[in-house]
Amino acid sequence: MIDDKLNNKQIEDVSKFFAPENKKRNVETPDGQIIEVNPLTDYFSEARPKVHEPNSSKVVEKFLNWARAESLWVLGFGTGCGSIEIPPLLTPRFDAFRFGVQMRPTPRQSNVIIISGYLAVKTLKRVIRSYEQMQNPKYVLALGSCTINGGMYYDSYNTINRLDKYIPVDVYVAGCMPRPEALLAGFMKLKELIKAGKAENANKYVENFDEYKANQKKIINDWNMPDYNW
Amino acid sequence: MEIDFNKILFAIIGLMIVLNWGLLMSSIMRKIGARVAGRHGIPLFQPWIDLVKNYAIRSQITHGVMFYLGPVFRLSGGVGLFLFMPMVFGSDLWINFSFKGDIVLILYFQFFGMLGMALGAGEGGQPHSFIGISRGLSQFTAIEVPMTLAVISLAVQYQTLSISDIVAAQQGGFMHWTIMTNPFASVAAMLSLLGAFGHSPFNLVKAPNEIPIGPPTEYHGTYLGVLRTNAAILHVVEAVLFMNLFFGGAGSWLELMVKSFLIYFWSVFVGMVFPRFRIEQSVVWFLKVPLILGIIAIILL
Repeated sequence: MIDDKLNNKQIEDVSKFFAPENKKRNVETPDGQIIEVNPLTDYFSEARPKVHEPNSSKVVEKFLNWARAESLWVLGFGTGCGSIEIPPLLTPRFDAFRFGVQMRPTPRQSNVIIISGYLAVKTLKRVIRSYEQMQNPKYVLALGSCTINGGMYYDSYNTINRLDKYIPVDVYVAGCMPRPEALLAGFMKLKELIKAGKAENANKYVENFDEYKANQKKIINDWNMPDYNW
Repeated sequence: MEIDFNKILFAIIGLMIVLNWGLLMSSIMRKIGARVAGRHGIPLFQPWIDLVKNYAIRSQITHGVMFYLGPVFRLSGGVGLFLFMPMVFGSDLWINFSFKGDIVLILYFQFFGMLGMALGAGEGGQPHSFIGISRGLSQFTAIEVPMTLAVISLAVQYQTLSISDIVAAQQGGFMHWTIMTNPFASVAAMLSLLGAFGHSPFNLVKAPNEIPIGPPTEYHGTYLGVLRTNAAILHVVEAVLFMNLFFGGAGSWLELMVKSFLIYFWSVFVGMVFPRFRIEQSVVWFLKVPLILGIIAIILL
């Protein structure tokens, strides 16, 4: 990971961003031995993610895709102004539960992450962490113009302009801000894609892993986490 | 020992009925909750789709052996409860593997799944899991006290530790049910049931929105599918336990479904009305009202 690829000076540069518990250090064991602890390599998995092929039987895969489409669990993660458009989905007026859309509080159990509006560089890091902790298959729904071309923040110093340079996007919902109806329409479009077997972006992310990582690292200067957040 | 294949077959069929009834019951309850809030709510078959979806997640990660075993222990706790629970009174085939003294085993099995889950979720390493585990175990310990007092009171009242015998003693009209003949023990147990089902006001173990969802925070895919399968079984079997102990058991599957639905609805109804307790409030509450009722039930014998 970072230690393998970078030279000593770069390690010093990077490690100044580390939290104290993540820094390389010597620890004395109870029996008096001195051991070196490097949390970045010792605590985290360095394995690269793998491609998970769809089921070989087309009928089975079609059935599973139907189930995936009818049961979309959305990560409760809000970025930018669009996050205020998500809570109304669960109210009597829009009631997204009718369409099998449910909110989950943890990335492990979610299938959909909504990038709801402008994405600051600081938040991008959290998005990447959350996205990588989600399990295959996973879908990204990008809300608002900011995720397409930067929108009204196109010349801001700390927001990104194009989301799909950093994580693969399944459905864009354009507008500034799109109303909850538009978001529901986005969910319907996502369902169509999943049922047609076209929502395989989790595998696309793995296949183009190096390219995405290069883009991410270009913009995140304080990269202080493993390359893939298992 | 002779293996009774007929009984095994009927136990498997019974398990399937219980599983599907549990899933249907949970979706009906969520629908009722949605109607209270003025929504349409989830489709009736949503729990089945969620199960298929969870089992169909392609990638899984693990945190170690105990992480695998946590959901397995939880499921064996639920299935074990089912296997030793007489489901339909008066039937040779639907009493499963219940025996004289099964109530002691069932009280044990209630705790077994929780302990396994605590070990498994603990290995996940999520701080929220630890908070959920400590809350869950302390709350369940507080629940066990009035619950056990009620069961002791029943055992002394009917002079038996067998659930089938307790059900048999309650036959002959609702005036013979334990809720009529031993109201203090029944009320103490029905109040501790609120905690066992884990709906609001006692849902701080899983506390959605607060500590993501407590112990299962790290569980996903098939692990979560197993946990949800178990939840469906466990809800029905716990309701059946209370039905057998306090509401005269069931003479048929239909009666079982109506009674278990109403018992489950009791906890959902309370949950709709009351907001969530904090852990210290809930433990103190269990050690106050239900415990005093349970002690009265013992003293009155």
